[in-house]
Amino acid sequence: MSARLARLGAIATAAGAFSGLFGVGGGTIIVPLLILWLGYEEREATGTSLAAISVIAAFGAAAHGAYGNVDPLKALLIGVPAVGGILAGTALQQRIPERAVAGTFAVLLVVSAAALIV
Amino acid sequence: MELTDLAGALAVGFAAGMAGGLVGVGGGVLFVPGLVFFLAQSQLEAEATSLLAVVVVAGVGAWRQQRYGNLRLRDGIAIGVLSPLGVLAGTVLANAVSERALALSFAAVQLYFAYRLARRAASPDPSPEAAKG
Repeated sequence: MSARLARLGAIATAAGAFSGLFGVGGGTIIVPLLILWLGYEEREATGTSLAAISVIAAFGAAAHGAYGNVDPLKALLIGVPAVGGILAGTALQQRIPERAVAGTFAVLLVVSAAALIV
Repeated sequence: MELTDLAGALAVGFAAGMAGGLVGVGGGVLFVPGLVFFLAQSQLEAEATSLLAVVVVAGVGAWRQQRYGNLRLRDGIAIGVLSPLGVLAGTVLANAVSERALALSFAAVQLYFAYRLARRAASPDPSPEAAKG
């Protein structure tokens, strides 16, 4: 196994653990590790994180679906405007500096950490 | 369902997608409370329903980022496919360590990442030519 694959596996393990323990996506773990550990630029890290999250969430949704907890209509109600939001958000992201994405993410992490502590 | 609840759900959905597009997260942090407050779901139902929405929203976001040249698909899929290892590790951890200790540990990791990213944000931006290769 290559060192790179081992690092991806470590990121996956940390993201999966965080996601499973706290019921949120692994994005707050994946993006910083891709930047700080694998040398990604900010935009690449966020794009790649979204692909990973889509797969991680699919596992979770399938497991919850088996227990009948998923409501597809309500997922649509909140998901359709979110698709509009992510089209706007990714377009906006192309127009701001890479380092501004890192700064925004730092703020998000502080908020997320505060939510865990409180 | 009240019209105000519907409007609230739509607004939270859009905000979650916007944030997700900007920083590369799935939006579940906003979906879950939105589903609880506006669409009358329990916490468990909201987490389950949120995950289905995240699959689609993050998928669309990844597709857009690919068009912008910002996706390393193989790495993303590798992380996704290997993530169940983490769920397993998390379950073992949750049974071995107190939940409070875990939350504080993760918060400490996040604050460290925030410090590193804030320092990076203060450094010069790469030139567009260098960034795109």
